[in-house]
Amino acid sequence: MLMPSSARQQSLVSLANAGIRRQGRWLVRGVDLTLSRGEIVTLIGPNGAGKSTTAKLAIGVLRPDEGSVQRADGLAIGYVPQKLSIDWTMPLSVERLMHLTGRLAETDLAAALEAVGIPHLRKAEVQHLSGGEFQRALLARAIARKPDLLVLDEPVQGVDFAGETALYGLIGEIRNRTGCGILMISHDLHMVMAGTDTVVCLNGHVCCRGTPAAVSQSDDYRKLFGAPGAGLALYTHRHDHTHLPDGRVLHRDGSVTDHCHPDDGHHHGHPHAHGIHDGHDHHPGHDHAHHDPRDAGAGEAHRHA
Amino acid sequence: MLDDFFVRALLAGIGLALTTGPLGCLVVWRRMAYFGDTMAHSALLGVALSLFFEINLLLSVFGVAVAVSLLLLFLQRRQGLSADSLLGILSHSTLAIGLVLVAFMSWVRIDLIAFLFGDILAVTTTDILLIWLGGAFVVGCLVLLWRPLVASTVSHDLAEAEGLNPGRARLFFMLLMALVIAIAMKIVGILLITALLIIPAATARRFSASPERMAVLASLLGALAVVGGLFGSLQADTPSGPSIVVAALALFIASLLPSLGKGLAQTAKPDGERR
Repeated sequence: MLMPSSARQQSLVSLANAGIRRQGRWLVRGVDLTLSRGEIVTLIGPNGAGKSTTAKLAIGVLRPDEGSVQRADGLAIGYVPQKLSIDWTMPLSVERLMHLTGRLAETDLAAALEAVGIPHLRKAEVQHLSGGEFQRALLARAIARKPDLLVLDEPVQGVDFAGETALYGLIGEIRNRTGCGILMISHDLHMVMAGTDTVVCLNGHVCCRGTPAAVSQSDDYRKLFGAPGAGLALYTHRHDHTHLPDGRVLHRDGSVTDHCHPDDGHHHGHPHAHGIHDGHDHHPGHDHAHHDPRDAGAGEAHRHA
Repeated sequence: MLDDFFVRALLAGIGLALTTGPLGCLVVWRRMAYFGDTMAHSALLGVALSLFFEINLLLSVFGVAVAVSLLLLFLQRRQGLSADSLLGILSHSTLAIGLVLVAFMSWVRIDLIAFLFGDILAVTTTDILLIWLGGAFVVGCLVLLWRPLVASTVSHDLAEAEGLNPGRARLFFMLLMALVIAIAMKIVGILLITALLIIPAATARRFSASPERMAVLASLLGALAVVGGLFGSLQADTPSGPSIVVAALALFIASLLPSLGKGLAQTAKPDGERR
Protein backbone atom coordinates (compact mmCIF):
# COMPACT_ATOMS: atom_id res chain seq x y z
CA MET A 1 0.00 0.00 0.00
CA LEU A 2 1.32 3.34 -0.91
CA MET A 3 1.42 5.99 1.73
CA PRO A 4 3.84 8.57 3.01
CA SER A 5 6.33 6.60 5.07
CA SER A 6 6.40 9.29 7.76
CA ALA A 7 2.76 8.64 8.55
CA ARG A 8 2.97 4.89 8.54
CA GLN A 9 3.47 4.49 12.26
CA GLN A 10 0.41 6.52 13.26
CA SER A 11 -2.30 4.25 11.99
CA LEU A 12 -5.80 5.51 12.85
CA VAL A 13 -7.70 2.54 11.55
CA SER A 14 -6.70 -0.63 9.85
CA LEU A 15 -8.70 -3.40 8.26
CA ALA A 16 -7.06 -6.77 7.83
CA ASN A 17 -8.73 -9.23 5.49
CA ALA A 18 -12.04 -7.81 6.62
CA GLY A 19 -15.27 -9.12 5.16
CA ILE A 20 -18.93 -8.84 5.86
CA ARG A 21 -21.65 -11.30 4.93
CA ARG A 22 -25.38 -10.78 4.75
CA GLN A 23 -27.82 -13.55 3.94
CA GLY A 24 -25.15 -15.84 2.60
CA ARG A 25 -23.66 -13.24 0.32
CA TRP A 26 -20.37 -11.47 0.89
CA LEU A 27 -20.86 -7.74 0.54
CA VAL A 28 -17.14 -7.21 0.69
CA ARG A 29 -14.40 -9.61 1.48
CA GLY A 30 -10.68 -9.63 2.01
CA VAL A 31 -10.30 -5.90 2.43
CA ASP A 32 -6.93 -4.72 3.67
CA LEU A 33 -6.79 -1.04 4.35
CA THR A 34 -4.75 1.21 6.57
CA LEU A 35 -5.37 4.84 7.14
CA SER A 36 -2.88 7.03 8.90
CA ARG A 37 -2.87 10.51 10.28
CA GLY A 38 -2.68 13.10 7.53
CA GLU A 39 -3.56 10.61 4.82
CA ILE A 40 -6.43 10.75 2.35
CA VAL A 41 -7.75 7.46 1.02
CA THR A 42 -10.51 7.41 -1.56
CA LEU A 43 -12.66 4.35 -2.18
CA ILE A 44 -14.09 4.08 -5.64
CA GLY A 45 -16.15 1.41 -7.31
CA PRO A 46 -19.44 0.77 -9.08
CA ASN A 47 -22.80 0.58 -7.32
CA GLY A 48 -22.95 -2.25 -4.83
CA ALA A 49 -19.19 -2.60 -4.74
CA GLY A 50 -19.19 -2.34 -0.95
CA LYS A 51 -17.76 1.14 -0.59
CA SER A 52 -20.16 2.28 2.12
CA THR A 53 -19.97 -1.11 3.77
CA THR A 54 -16.19 -0.84 3.92
CA ALA A 55 -16.44 2.63 5.42
CA LYS A 56 -18.93 1.38 8.01
CA LEU A 57 -16.53 -1.42 8.90
CA ALA A 58 -13.78 1.12 9.39
CA ILE A 59 -15.82 3.28 11.76
CA GLY A 60 -17.34 0.43 13.72
CA VAL A 61 -20.97 0.74 12.60
CA LEU A 62 -20.65 -2.76 11.19
CA ARG A 63 -18.61 -5.55 12.71
CA PRO A 64 -16.63 -7.79 10.40
CA ASP A 65 -17.76 -11.40 9.95
CA GLU A 66 -14.26 -12.28 8.88
CA GLY A 67 -10.89 -10.67 9.45
CA SER A 68 -10.35 -7.81 11.84
CA VAL A 69 -10.69 -4.08 12.19
CA GLN A 70 -8.58 -2.06 14.57
CA ARG A 71 -9.06 1.54 15.54
CA ALA A 72 -6.71 3.76 17.53
CA ASP A 73 -7.77 4.28 21.16
CA GLY A 74 -10.07 7.23 21.72
CA LEU A 75 -10.39 7.88 18.03
CA ALA A 76 -12.73 10.81 17.38
CA ILE A 77 -14.66 10.24 14.19
CA GLY A 78 -16.53 12.75 12.06
CA TYR A 79 -18.93 11.01 9.73
CA VAL A 80 -20.92 12.23 6.76
CA PRO A 81 -23.26 9.38 5.83
CA GLN A 82 -24.39 8.80 2.29
CA LYS A 83 -28.07 9.03 3.01
CA LEU A 84 -30.05 10.73 5.69
CA SER A 85 -33.78 11.01 5.92
CA ILE A 86 -35.02 13.42 8.52
CA ASP A 87 -38.72 13.23 9.13
CA TRP A 88 -40.50 16.47 8.39
CA THR A 89 -42.02 16.42 11.86
CA MET A 90 -38.64 17.02 13.46
CA PRO A 91 -37.82 20.70 13.74
CA LEU A 92 -34.09 20.83 13.18
CA SER A 93 -32.15 23.93 12.31
CA VAL A 94 -28.66 23.82 10.86
CA GLU A 95 -27.42 25.14 14.18
CA ARG A 96 -29.10 22.33 16.10
CA LEU A 97 -27.79 19.80 13.59
CA MET A 98 -24.28 21.02 14.34
CA HIS A 99 -24.74 20.07 18.01
CA LEU A 100 -26.24 16.71 17.12
CA THR A 101 -23.67 14.37 18.64
CA GLY A 102 -21.94 16.72 21.04
CA ARG A 103 -21.82 20.29 22.18
CA LEU A 104 -19.56 22.57 20.13
CA ALA A 105 -17.79 25.75 21.03
CA GLU A 106 -19.45 28.74 19.38
CA THR A 107 -16.26 29.69 17.53
CA ASP A 108 -15.84 26.20 16.07
CA LEU A 109 -19.45 26.14 14.97
CA ALA A 110 -19.27 29.52 13.26
CA ALA A 111 -15.90 28.77 11.67
CA ALA A 112 -17.12 25.47 10.23
CA LEU A 113 -20.24 27.03 8.71
CA GLU A 114 -18.09 29.81 7.30
CA ALA A 115 -15.64 27.30 5.84
CA VAL A 116 -18.29 25.39 3.92
CA GLY A 117 -19.89 28.61 2.78
CA ILE A 118 -23.27 28.54 4.53
CA PRO A 119 -22.99 30.92 7.51
CA HIS A 120 -26.25 32.55 6.36
CA LEU A 121 -28.16 29.27 6.72
CA ARG A 122 -27.45 28.86 10.40
CA LYS A 123 -31.08 29.27 11.51
CA ALA A 124 -32.60 27.54 8.48
CA GLU A 125 -34.47 24.29 8.93
CA VAL A 126 -32.58 21.40 7.37
CA GLN A 127 -35.71 20.16 5.59
CA HIS A 128 -35.71 23.38 3.59
CA LEU A 129 -32.12 23.10 2.40
CA SER A 130 -31.25 22.03 -1.10
CA GLY A 131 -29.27 18.82 -1.53
CA GLY A 132 -26.03 20.71 -1.94
CA GLU A 133 -26.66 22.98 1.04
CA PHE A 134 -27.52 19.99 3.19
CA GLN A 135 -24.27 18.26 2.22
CA ARG A 136 -22.37 21.37 3.20
CA ALA A 137 -24.15 21.45 6.55
CA LEU A 138 -23.27 17.80 7.16
CA LEU A 139 -19.66 18.44 6.26
CA ALA A 140 -19.56 21.47 8.54
CA ARG A 141 -20.94 19.37 11.38
CA ALA A 142 -18.32 16.68 10.87
CA ILE A 143 -15.35 19.05 10.70
CA ALA A 144 -16.49 21.25 13.59
CA ARG A 145 -16.00 18.27 15.88
CA LYS A 146 -12.29 18.33 15.07
CA PRO A 147 -12.12 14.60 14.45
CA ASP A 148 -9.01 12.46 14.12
CA LEU A 149 -10.68 10.63 11.31
CA LEU A 150 -13.11 12.12 8.83
CA VAL A 151 -15.23 9.61 6.95
CA LEU A 152 -17.05 11.15 4.02
CA ASP A 153 -19.48 9.03 2.06
CA GLU A 154 -19.94 10.90 -1.21
CA PRO A 155 -19.62 14.26 0.49
CA VAL A 156 -20.24 16.41 -2.57
CA GLN A 157 -23.37 14.69 -3.92
CA GLY A 158 -25.77 17.33 -5.16
CA VAL A 159 -23.21 20.10 -4.85
CA ASP A 160 -22.72 22.20 -7.97
CA PHE A 161 -19.45 21.94 -9.83
CA ALA A 162 -17.82 25.09 -8.52
CA GLY A 163 -18.90 24.16 -5.00
CA GLU A 164 -17.55 20.66 -5.46
CA THR A 165 -14.11 21.97 -6.26
CA ALA A 166 -14.23 24.37 -3.35
CA LEU A 167 -15.33 21.64 -0.93
CA TYR A 168 -12.63 19.28 -2.12
CA GLY A 169 -10.21 22.13 -1.63
CA LEU A 170 -11.56 22.64 1.88
CA ILE A 171 -11.23 18.94 2.70
CA GLY A 172 -7.61 18.99 1.60
CA GLU A 173 -7.03 22.12 3.63
CA ILE A 174 -8.48 20.50 6.74
CA ARG A 175 -6.16 17.57 6.28
CA ASN A 176 -3.18 19.87 5.92
CA ARG A 177 -4.11 22.03 8.88
CA THR A 178 -5.30 19.44 11.40
CA GLY A 179 -3.45 16.38 10.20
CA CYS A 180 -6.55 14.22 10.47
CA GLY A 181 -6.95 11.16 8.33
CA ILE A 182 -9.66 11.18 5.70
CA LEU A 183 -11.52 8.23 4.25
CA MET A 184 -13.59 9.31 1.32
CA ILE A 185 -16.03 7.52 -0.93
CA SER A 186 -16.65 8.54 -4.47
CA HIS A 187 -18.69 6.75 -7.05
CA ASP A 188 -18.08 9.62 -9.34
CA LEU A 189 -14.98 8.47 -11.10
CA HIS A 190 -14.53 11.73 -12.89
CA MET A 191 -13.73 13.43 -9.70
CA VAL A 192 -11.38 11.78 -7.31
CA MET A 193 -10.08 14.50 -5.13
CA ALA A 194 -6.70 15.92 -5.90
CA GLY A 195 -4.58 15.32 -2.85
CA THR A 196 -5.77 11.76 -2.47
CA ASP A 197 -2.78 9.71 -1.43
CA THR A 198 -4.27 6.34 -2.19
CA VAL A 199 -7.16 5.26 -4.34
CA VAL A 200 -8.69 1.89 -3.55
CA CYS A 201 -10.83 0.33 -6.24
CA LEU A 202 -13.52 -1.89 -4.80
CA ASN A 203 -15.80 -4.38 -6.41
CA GLY A 204 -16.69 -6.76 -3.62
CA HIS A 205 -12.98 -7.03 -3.03
CA VAL A 206 -10.02 -4.76 -3.55
CA CYS A 207 -9.38 -4.74 -7.31
CA CYS A 208 -6.46 -2.42 -7.31
CA ARG A 209 -4.95 0.35 -5.32
CA GLY A 210 -2.26 2.93 -5.50
CA THR A 211 -1.74 6.56 -6.26
CA PRO A 212 -4.51 8.04 -8.39
CA ALA A 213 -2.08 8.11 -11.29
CA ALA A 214 -1.13 4.47 -10.98
CA VAL A 215 -4.72 3.27 -10.51
CA SER A 216 -6.06 5.02 -13.55
CA GLN A 217 -3.42 3.25 -15.62
CA SER A 218 -3.97 -0.20 -14.21
CA ASP A 219 -5.68 -2.94 -16.18
CA ASP A 220 -7.97 -3.83 -13.30
CA TYR A 221 -9.25 -0.31 -13.16
CA ARG A 222 -9.92 -0.29 -16.86
CA LYS A 223 -11.70 -3.60 -16.69
CA LEU A 224 -13.93 -2.28 -13.94
CA PHE A 225 -14.69 1.14 -15.28
CA GLY A 226 -14.05 0.88 -18.97
CA ALA A 227 -11.27 2.06 -21.18
CA PRO A 228 -9.95 5.56 -20.74
CA GLY A 229 -11.11 6.29 -24.25
CA ALA A 230 -14.66 6.27 -22.96
CA GLY A 231 -13.93 9.52 -21.26
CA LEU A 232 -13.18 8.22 -17.82
CA ALA A 233 -10.33 9.95 -16.18
CA LEU A 234 -9.28 10.39 -12.64
CA TYR A 235 -7.98 13.84 -13.19
CA THR A 236 -9.56 16.31 -15.41
CA HIS A 237 -8.38 19.16 -13.33
CA ARG A 238 -5.60 21.37 -14.33
CA HIS A 239 -4.30 23.19 -11.34
CA ASP A 240 -2.84 26.27 -12.81
CA HIS A 241 -2.21 28.13 -9.61
CA THR A 242 -1.57 27.60 -5.94
CA HIS A 243 -2.68 29.70 -3.01
CA LEU A 244 0.32 30.50 -0.90
CA PRO A 245 0.03 30.58 2.88
CA ASP A 246 0.26 34.37 2.93
CA GLY A 247 -2.73 34.68 0.64
CA ARG A 248 -0.84 35.46 -2.52
CA VAL A 249 -1.18 33.30 -5.58
CA LEU A 250 1.54 31.38 -7.34
CA HIS A 251 0.69 30.77 -10.95
CA ARG A 252 1.84 27.96 -13.11
CA ASP A 253 3.82 30.34 -15.24
CA GLY A 254 5.88 31.17 -12.17
CA SER A 255 4.47 34.59 -11.41
CA VAL A 256 3.06 35.60 -8.06
CA THR A 257 0.08 37.91 -7.67
CA ASP A 258 -2.00 39.19 -4.78
CA HIS A 259 -5.26 37.82 -6.08
CA CYS A 260 -6.39 35.60 -8.81
CA HIS A 261 -8.89 36.58 -11.43
CA PRO A 262 -9.94 34.55 -14.40
CA ASP A 263 -8.91 37.29 -16.76
CA ASP A 264 -5.52 38.23 -15.38
CA GLY A 265 -3.72 36.23 -18.00
CA HIS A 266 -2.17 33.79 -15.56
CA HIS A 267 -4.88 31.20 -15.82
CA HIS A 268 -5.37 28.36 -18.15
CA GLY A 269 -8.81 27.22 -17.43
CA HIS A 270 -9.86 25.37 -14.36
CA PRO A 271 -11.13 26.39 -11.04
CA HIS A 272 -8.53 25.72 -8.45
CA ALA A 273 -8.13 23.59 -5.42
CA HIS A 274 -6.61 25.44 -2.53
CA GLY A 275 -3.20 24.35 -1.42
CA ILE A 276 -3.54 20.67 -2.04
CA HIS A 277 -1.19 20.22 -4.89
CA ASP A 278 1.06 17.56 -3.72
CA GLY A 279 2.51 16.25 -6.83
CA HIS A 280 -0.31 14.60 -8.69
CA ASP A 281 0.57 15.41 -12.16
CA HIS A 282 -1.69 14.82 -15.03
CA HIS A 283 -1.49 11.87 -17.22
CA PRO A 284 -0.50 12.09 -20.72
CA GLY A 285 -3.71 11.57 -22.56
CA HIS A 286 -5.83 12.64 -19.63
CA ASP A 287 -4.83 16.18 -19.66
CA HIS A 288 -7.65 17.28 -21.84
CA ALA A 289 -10.10 14.60 -21.02
CA HIS A 290 -13.09 16.87 -21.08
CA HIS A 291 -15.48 14.51 -22.72
CA ASP A 292 -17.10 14.42 -19.36
CA PRO A 293 -20.73 15.43 -19.78
CA ARG A 294 -20.57 17.31 -16.49
CA ASP A 295 -18.26 19.75 -18.07
CA ALA A 296 -20.98 20.94 -20.32
CA GLY A 297 -22.73 22.41 -17.34
CA ALA A 298 -19.66 23.82 -15.77
CA GLY A 299 -19.43 26.70 -18.13
CA GLU A 300 -16.52 28.82 -19.06
CA ALA A 301 -14.44 27.70 -16.13
CA HIS A 302 -13.43 24.82 -18.32
CA ARG A 303 -12.56 26.51 -21.47
CA HIS A 304 -8.90 26.06 -22.00
CA ALA A 305 -6.94 29.18 -22.72
CA MET B 1 -58.94 18.42 47.54
CA LEU B 2 -57.90 14.92 46.49
CA ASP B 3 -61.22 13.66 47.77
CA ASP B 4 -62.89 14.96 44.68
CA PHE B 5 -62.82 12.41 41.87
CA PHE B 6 -62.63 15.17 39.28
CA VAL B 7 -59.53 16.75 40.80
CA ARG B 8 -57.90 13.33 40.98
CA ALA B 9 -58.72 12.78 37.33
CA LEU B 10 -57.24 16.14 36.40
CA LEU B 11 -54.03 15.47 38.32
CA ALA B 12 -53.65 12.02 36.83
CA GLY B 13 -54.32 13.17 33.30
CA ILE B 14 -51.99 16.17 33.46
CA GLY B 15 -49.22 14.04 34.96
CA LEU B 16 -49.57 11.55 32.14
CA ALA B 17 -49.71 14.23 29.44
CA LEU B 18 -46.50 15.83 30.69
CA THR B 19 -44.80 12.44 30.32
CA THR B 20 -46.19 11.54 26.93
CA GLY B 21 -45.12 14.88 25.39
CA PRO B 22 -41.40 14.22 24.85
CA LEU B 23 -41.94 10.48 24.41
CA GLY B 24 -44.58 11.15 21.77
CA CYS B 25 -42.25 13.50 19.89
CA LEU B 26 -39.69 10.71 19.62
CA VAL B 27 -42.41 8.32 18.45
CA VAL B 28 -43.43 10.77 15.73
CA TRP B 29 -39.87 11.63 14.62
CA ARG B 30 -38.88 7.99 14.49
CA ARG B 31 -42.04 7.08 12.59
CA MET B 32 -42.99 4.60 15.27
CA ALA B 33 -46.66 5.48 15.66
CA TYR B 34 -47.82 2.04 14.65
CA PHE B 35 -45.14 0.50 16.80
CA GLY B 36 -46.56 2.34 19.81
CA ASP B 37 -50.01 1.17 18.87
CA THR B 38 -48.82 -2.43 18.74
CA MET B 39 -47.25 -2.19 22.17
CA ALA B 40 -50.43 -0.64 23.53
CA HIS B 41 -52.66 -3.33 22.04
CA SER B 42 -50.50 -6.01 23.59
CA ALA B 43 -51.42 -4.53 26.96
CA LEU B 44 -54.70 -6.46 26.89
CA LEU B 45 -52.72 -9.68 26.72
CA GLY B 46 -50.89 -8.35 29.76
CA VAL B 47 -54.19 -7.81 31.54
CA ALA B 48 -55.34 -11.35 30.74
CA LEU B 49 -52.07 -12.88 31.91
CA SER B 50 -52.16 -10.86 35.08
CA LEU B 51 -55.62 -12.23 35.88
CA PHE B 52 -54.68 -15.76 34.92
CA PHE B 53 -51.49 -15.98 36.95
CA GLU B 54 -52.70 -13.56 39.62
CA ILE B 55 -49.71 -11.27 39.27
CA ASN B 56 -49.49 -7.50 39.50
CA LEU B 57 -51.34 -5.86 36.64
CA LEU B 58 -48.78 -3.12 36.00
CA LEU B 59 -45.91 -5.58 35.98
CA SER B 60 -47.72 -7.94 33.66
CA VAL B 61 -48.63 -5.24 31.13
CA PHE B 62 -45.09 -3.84 31.20
CA GLY B 63 -43.62 -7.31 30.72
CA VAL B 64 -45.82 -8.17 27.76
CA ALA B 65 -45.17 -4.81 26.08
CA VAL B 66 -41.42 -5.29 26.44
CA ALA B 67 -41.64 -8.87 25.16
CA VAL B 68 -43.64 -7.77 22.11
CA SER B 69 -41.20 -4.99 21.27
CA LEU B 70 -38.21 -7.33 21.59
CA LEU B 71 -39.96 -9.93 19.47
CA LEU B 72 -40.61 -7.29 16.87
CA LEU B 73 -36.97 -6.22 16.81
CA PHE B 74 -35.93 -9.82 16.42
CA LEU B 75 -38.38 -10.48 13.59
CA GLN B 76 -37.39 -7.28 11.79
CA ARG B 77 -33.78 -8.34 11.88
CA ARG B 78 -34.67 -11.57 10.10
CA GLN B 79 -36.10 -9.45 7.31
CA GLY B 80 -38.79 -11.89 6.30
CA LEU B 81 -41.84 -9.62 6.32
CA SER B 82 -42.04 -5.89 6.04
CA ALA B 83 -42.17 -3.96 9.29
CA ASP B 84 -45.75 -2.83 8.94
CA SER B 85 -47.03 -6.32 8.23
CA LEU B 86 -45.22 -7.61 11.30
CA LEU B 87 -46.68 -4.80 13.36
CA GLY B 88 -50.16 -5.55 12.07
CA ILE B 89 -49.82 -9.23 12.92
CA LEU B 90 -48.49 -8.62 16.41
CA SER B 91 -50.82 -5.76 17.19
CA HIS B 92 -54.05 -7.52 16.43
CA SER B 93 -53.08 -11.00 17.48
CA THR B 94 -52.00 -9.87 20.96
CA LEU B 95 -55.25 -7.95 21.31
CA ALA B 96 -57.26 -10.95 20.11
CA ILE B 97 -55.43 -13.44 22.30
CA GLY B 98 -56.02 -11.13 25.25
CA LEU B 99 -59.75 -10.98 24.52
CA VAL B 100 -59.99 -14.75 24.05
CA LEU B 101 -58.09 -15.47 27.27
CA VAL B 102 -60.33 -13.12 29.23
CA ALA B 103 -63.40 -14.87 27.84
CA PHE B 104 -61.98 -18.23 28.88
CA MET B 105 -61.65 -17.18 32.47
CA SER B 106 -65.29 -17.47 33.29
CA TRP B 107 -64.57 -17.05 36.99
CA VAL B 108 -63.48 -13.45 36.63
CA ARG B 109 -65.70 -10.58 35.66
CA ILE B 110 -63.83 -7.63 34.36
CA ASP B 111 -64.92 -4.38 32.86
CA LEU B 112 -63.40 -4.71 29.40
CA ILE B 113 -64.56 -1.27 28.40
CA ALA B 114 -62.54 0.28 31.23
CA PHE B 115 -59.39 -1.38 29.94
CA LEU B 116 -60.04 -0.51 26.31
CA PHE B 117 -61.09 3.09 26.80
CA GLY B 118 -59.81 3.98 30.25
CA ASP B 119 -61.52 4.98 33.44
CA ILE B 120 -59.83 8.16 34.53
CA LEU B 121 -62.61 9.10 36.90
CA ALA B 122 -61.81 6.03 38.99
CA VAL B 123 -58.13 6.81 39.67
CA THR B 124 -57.04 6.54 43.25
CA THR B 125 -54.48 8.60 45.15
CA THR B 126 -52.05 5.69 44.73
CA ASP B 127 -52.58 5.83 40.99
CA ILE B 128 -51.75 9.54 40.98
CA LEU B 129 -48.59 8.90 42.96
CA LEU B 130 -47.64 6.18 40.51
CA ILE B 131 -48.28 8.41 37.51
CA TRP B 132 -46.24 11.30 38.82
CA LEU B 133 -43.35 9.23 40.17
CA GLY B 134 -43.29 7.01 37.10
CA GLY B 135 -43.63 10.03 34.88
CA ALA B 136 -40.76 11.82 36.60
CA PHE B 137 -38.64 8.73 36.15
CA VAL B 138 -39.50 8.50 32.44
CA VAL B 139 -38.84 12.18 31.80
CA GLY B 140 -35.58 12.00 33.76
CA CYS B 141 -34.38 9.06 31.65
CA LEU B 142 -35.37 10.89 28.46
CA VAL B 143 -33.37 13.94 29.52
CA LEU B 144 -30.31 11.75 30.14
CA LEU B 145 -30.71 9.88 26.85
CA TRP B 146 -31.87 12.88 24.84
CA ARG B 147 -28.75 13.45 22.77
CA PRO B 148 -28.28 9.85 21.59
CA LEU B 149 -32.02 9.52 20.99
CA VAL B 150 -32.26 12.65 18.86
CA ALA B 151 -28.99 11.91 17.06
CA SER B 152 -30.00 8.35 16.21
CA THR B 153 -33.37 9.64 15.00
CA VAL B 154 -31.44 11.65 12.43
CA SER B 155 -29.08 8.79 11.62
CA HIS B 156 -28.40 5.60 13.52
CA ASP B 157 -25.08 5.10 11.74
CA LEU B 158 -23.93 8.60 12.46
CA ALA B 159 -24.74 8.30 16.15
CA GLU B 160 -23.00 4.93 16.26
CA ALA B 161 -19.89 6.16 14.43
CA GLU B 162 -19.54 9.13 16.71
CA GLY B 163 -19.75 7.03 19.84
CA LEU B 164 -23.27 7.66 21.18
CA ASN B 165 -24.37 4.03 21.48
CA PRO B 166 -27.77 4.43 19.82
CA GLY B 167 -28.61 0.74 20.28
CA ARG B 168 -28.64 1.12 24.03
CA ALA B 169 -30.64 4.34 23.78
CA ARG B 170 -33.25 2.60 21.63
CA LEU B 171 -33.57 -0.27 24.10
CA PHE B 172 -34.16 2.17 26.94
CA PHE B 173 -36.61 4.07 24.79
CA MET B 174 -38.68 0.93 24.31
CA LEU B 175 -38.60 0.11 28.01
CA LEU B 176 -39.79 3.63 28.80
CA MET B 177 -42.54 3.32 26.25
CA ALA B 178 -43.68 0.02 27.79
CA LEU B 179 -43.68 1.67 31.20
CA VAL B 180 -45.75 4.63 30.00
CA ILE B 181 -48.24 2.29 28.36
CA ALA B 182 -48.60 0.34 31.59
CA ILE B 183 -49.18 3.56 33.50
CA ALA B 184 -51.46 5.16 30.93
CA MET B 185 -53.77 2.20 30.45
CA LYS B 186 -56.05 3.22 33.29
CA ILE B 187 -56.29 6.83 32.12
CA VAL B 188 -57.14 6.67 28.45
CA GLY B 189 -57.31 2.93 27.82
CA ILE B 190 -55.44 0.57 25.56
CA LEU B 191 -56.99 1.77 22.33
CA LEU B 192 -56.36 5.46 22.90
CA ILE B 193 -52.86 5.57 24.46
CA THR B 194 -51.14 6.21 21.15
CA ALA B 195 -53.41 9.18 20.53
CA LEU B 196 -52.02 10.89 23.61
CA LEU B 197 -48.50 10.20 22.32
CA ILE B 198 -48.96 11.34 18.76
CA ILE B 199 -51.61 14.05 18.58
CA PRO B 200 -50.05 16.60 20.98
CA ALA B 201 -46.64 16.05 19.35
CA ALA B 202 -48.06 16.60 15.89
CA THR B 203 -49.85 19.72 17.14
CA ALA B 204 -46.63 21.08 18.62
CA ARG B 205 -44.66 20.66 15.41
CA ARG B 206 -45.87 23.78 13.74
CA PHE B 207 -44.93 26.06 16.62
CA SER B 208 -41.50 24.59 17.33
CA ALA B 209 -38.11 25.65 16.07
CA SER B 210 -36.14 22.96 17.87
CA PRO B 211 -36.71 19.37 19.01
CA GLU B 212 -36.48 20.46 22.63
CA ARG B 213 -39.11 23.15 22.25
CA MET B 214 -41.39 20.70 20.50
CA ALA B 215 -41.04 18.21 23.37
CA VAL B 216 -41.98 20.80 25.97
CA LEU B 217 -44.81 22.20 23.89
CA ALA B 218 -46.21 18.71 23.29
CA SER B 219 -46.38 18.21 27.05
CA LEU B 220 -48.22 21.47 27.56
CA LEU B 221 -50.64 20.85 24.70
CA GLY B 222 -51.30 17.36 26.05
CA ALA B 223 -52.09 18.79 29.46
CA LEU B 224 -54.39 21.34 27.86
CA ALA B 225 -56.19 18.54 26.02
CA VAL B 226 -56.64 16.65 29.30
CA VAL B 227 -58.13 19.68 31.02
CA GLY B 228 -60.36 20.53 28.07
CA GLY B 229 -61.46 16.95 27.57
CA LEU B 230 -62.30 16.37 31.22
CA PHE B 231 -64.30 19.56 31.55
CA GLY B 232 -66.04 18.74 28.30
CA SER B 233 -66.89 15.24 29.51
CA LEU B 234 -68.23 16.70 32.75
CA GLN B 235 -70.43 19.18 30.89
CA ALA B 236 -71.70 16.86 28.18
CA ASP B 237 -71.61 13.66 30.20
CA THR B 238 -69.41 11.88 27.67
CA PRO B 239 -66.81 9.16 28.36
CA SER B 240 -63.69 10.81 29.71
CA GLY B 241 -60.89 9.00 27.83
CA PRO B 242 -62.36 9.56 24.37
CA SER B 243 -63.24 13.12 25.33
CA ILE B 244 -59.58 13.85 26.07
CA VAL B 245 -58.59 12.49 22.68
CA VAL B 246 -61.29 14.57 20.98
CA ALA B 247 -59.99 17.67 22.77
CA ALA B 248 -56.45 16.85 21.57
CA LEU B 249 -57.75 16.47 18.05
CA ALA B 250 -59.55 19.84 18.31
CA LEU B 251 -56.24 21.46 19.28
CA PHE B 252 -54.52 19.76 16.36
CA ILE B 253 -57.12 20.98 13.89
CA ALA B 254 -56.91 24.47 15.36
CA SER B 255 -53.13 24.38 14.84
CA LEU B 256 -53.73 23.79 11.15
CA LEU B 257 -55.74 27.00 10.76
CA PRO B 258 -53.50 29.28 8.71
CA SER B 259 -54.02 32.54 10.61
CA LEU B 260 -53.60 31.10 14.07
CA GLY B 261 -50.62 29.05 13.03
CA LYS B 262 -48.92 32.03 11.48
CA GLY B 263 -49.42 34.23 14.51
CA LEU B 264 -48.21 31.62 16.95
CA ALA B 265 -45.31 30.64 14.77
CA GLN B 266 -44.10 34.20 14.81
CA THR B 267 -44.26 34.48 18.56
CA ALA B 268 -42.60 31.11 18.87
CA LYS B 269 -39.71 32.20 16.69
CA PRO B 270 -38.87 35.73 17.74
CA ASP B 271 -35.48 35.64 16.03
CA GLY B 272 -37.17 34.71 12.76
CA GLU B 273 -35.73 32.80 9.89
CA ARG B 274 -33.51 34.42 7.41
CA ARG B 275 -34.68 32.45 4.52
